[in-house]
Amino acid sequence: MDNAVEKKLALTHFWVAFGAFGLAAVMGLYQVIERSGFFGFLESREVYYASVSTHGVLMGFVLTTFFIMGFGYYVANTTLKLPVWNKTFAWTGFGVALTGVVLAALPLLLGQASVLFTFYPPLMAHPIFYIGATLLVVGSWFWCVSMIVMYMQWKKANPGQPVPLAMFATTANAILWLWTSAGVATEVLFQLIPWALGWIDTIDAGLARTLFAWTLHPIVYFWLIPTYTAFYTLVPKQAGGFLFSDEMARAAFILLVVFSLPIGFHHLYMDPEQAHGWKILHAVGTFVVTLPTFITGFTVIASLEIAGRLNGGKGLFGWIATLPWNNPMVLAIILGLLMLIFGGFGGLVNASYAMNAMVHNTAWISGHFHLIFGGTTIIMYFGIAYYFWPILTGKSLYCPSMAIAQLWSWFIGMVIMTTPWHILGLLGQPRRIDSVNYNNLLTISWEPYEVTMIFGGLILVISAGMLVYNLYKTQLGSESYQGEVEYAEPIHAVKDLPGYLNSFTLWNVIIGVFMLIAFGYPILQFFLMETFGSGRWGV
Amino acid sequence: MHIDKLEKNWAGISLGIAGLFVAVILGSAFFHGIHAPSNVETIDSAKLHLSAEFAEDKLGVQRNPNGSVTVRMVAGRYGFYPKDLTLPAETAITFRWVSLDVIHGVHMPMTNMSTMIVPGYVAQVTTELHHAGDYPLLCNEYCGMGHAHMWSNIKVVSKAQWDALNTQGGANHG
Repeated sequence: MDNAVEKKLALTHFWVAFGAFGLAAVMGLYQVIERSGFFGFLESREVYYASVSTHGVLMGFVLTTFFIMGFGYYVANTTLKLPVWNKTFAWTGFGVALTGVVLAALPLLLGQASVLFTFYPPLMAHPIFYIGATLLVVGSWFWCVSMIVMYMQWKKANPGQPVPLAMFATTANAILWLWTSAGVATEVLFQLIPWALGWIDTIDAGLARTLFAWTLHPIVYFWLIPTYTAFYTLVPKQAGGFLFSDEMARAAFILLVVFSLPIGFHHLYMDPEQAHGWKILHAVGTFVVTLPTFITGFTVIASLEIAGRLNGGKGLFGWIATLPWNNPMVLAIILGLLMLIFGGFGGLVNASYAMNAMVHNTAWISGHFHLIFGGTTIIMYFGIAYYFWPILTGKSLYCPSMAIAQLWSWFIGMVIMTTPWHILGLLGQPRRIDSVNYNNLLTISWEPYEVTMIFGGLILVISAGMLVYNLYKTQLGSESYQGEVEYAEPIHAVKDLPGYLNSFTLWNVIIGVFMLIAFGYPILQFFLMETFGSGRWGV
Repeated sequence: MHIDKLEKNWAGISLGIAGLFVAVILGSAFFHGIHAPSNVETIDSAKLHLSAEFAEDKLGVQRNPNGSVTVRMVAGRYGFYPKDLTLPAETAITFRWVSLDVIHGVHMPMTNMSTMIVPGYVAQVTTELHHAGDYPLLCNEYCGMGHAHMWSNIKVVSKAQWDALNTQGGANHG
């Protein structure tokens, strides 16, 4: 298969993703040092908040979106054995998204968009920031269309056949993202941009938060699905085994898409503008969406066990030692699952309607999402990168042992950085503070943790540098490599797949109904009651 | 379609775990009345100084005939006003919060007094404070360059002490 263009397309997306990642990692280190207050000459709240805003946008929106797009194009190409549909269209999407990033970066770096990546109005950023963010999302919609078109092309040519699992998951993600991004797109297009440009004078902060909450939960599943795709379809093969169950994997992806959408109000538990009945409804949905993760944990660990036993592992736990720990993708999943256990536990606390009051908006929350997003999700992006880079560049990985050291150091750094944040949260420290100024003895108990997090940040930056350096040197390398992505086979071949596990039509209807129930009245209420908007506030 | 027996069992166990969590949450919400702050009450944040409830002289602690206490506070960059309050322990206290500018959040560490304060809305939290001591009220949502400087103070004293302070007329330093 001649897929040189697909390789270039994927690699170009990946470089934007990891370039943004490298830059954002350095900002992260600056932030833990600045906020500790131990280095007076570094202290500047203007620089700190510009940095936090940029770090969030780069990690949360740029790294993820570009990685997901590049990964999706290459998965579609290699699983379906089809060329990427309309390459001009795909490159246009890339160009639109990249233009958006550059536009948004200008006000961010100039301190004109220090509203953080959640941009809660009535804090107002420069209009170019909102326009840039919109273009990034619009560019990603090009990718969604590409994925759905290729999925339909394949289904038409192979009627009744099960869509390859990796592509099924990728299409699920494209559909998820279209539903997900509708919330923030509505906020930006109908509230933020007209308001920032002066076409309307006031903005309803309650409505804006409700629309943002529409997006804020499923977006983390948009980020997570490539990681889960690798868990199911790449890791078992790399570990030397088979996928335990193809059908349960499909069920898990469908549950993720359907139930991650109508549950965003767990971000609004502490908000005054939504009534508690709606919050409880979303709380129940939040626990339903733990099911696909429980299932994923079981299926991928069962798949690893098969591999470990095929490698000669004996006894109850002997198979763990016989896993190929020196394979980057296998190591990434082991470390990723460890972080998922702790991060998932924290997530259950946050999801618990009333218990959340103890940790809401404290450093605990920053610790939680750094562990589960920066940890579990991103470490698998690294695993995928180490596997894909030789395939995409045609050059052997520059230094496999550096890759292993990088994954370990990322895990260790993340644990050292996020454990203090969890503790600080329980000790009452608010998130998003640039320094500790409070006139209270409580803050003395925070100091040891402020020191510890610096070491975590330092290890993470070194680790990030090792990743980018290794990928860069691989590309420049001289030792050529021939290979293509190999997908794991299930132990039981998939046959007689029911239509509902091979198509999204029914699920889209169900999502539509769920969203109408979960968000219909909560959005409509703002137009039924007398509300009072807010004017424009700088930072 | 092939679904392994182990998988079916595990799916059942997972459903049981999630169901247990949901049951505990619903139980605490509906039988013990433990809810997140959710009163959906609007107010014009630009006209607080003219409002019947949140004009400057109305802020602070109010004792209710049934023995409970209502506290009215305005959040604004960078503080919660009035800045210093003394409150009784073991007493039902209803906090009513409004913002005069942007979104803020407030919590008292080691208590469950926590809410977002969104301009345009009144946030209401009812709780009891069990331990006497000096507590900070901390802003926990980024609200501008001075976010880390946004705090106020609450002193919690025993009910008897608080009653004594009140008869002397000095409990609300607001």
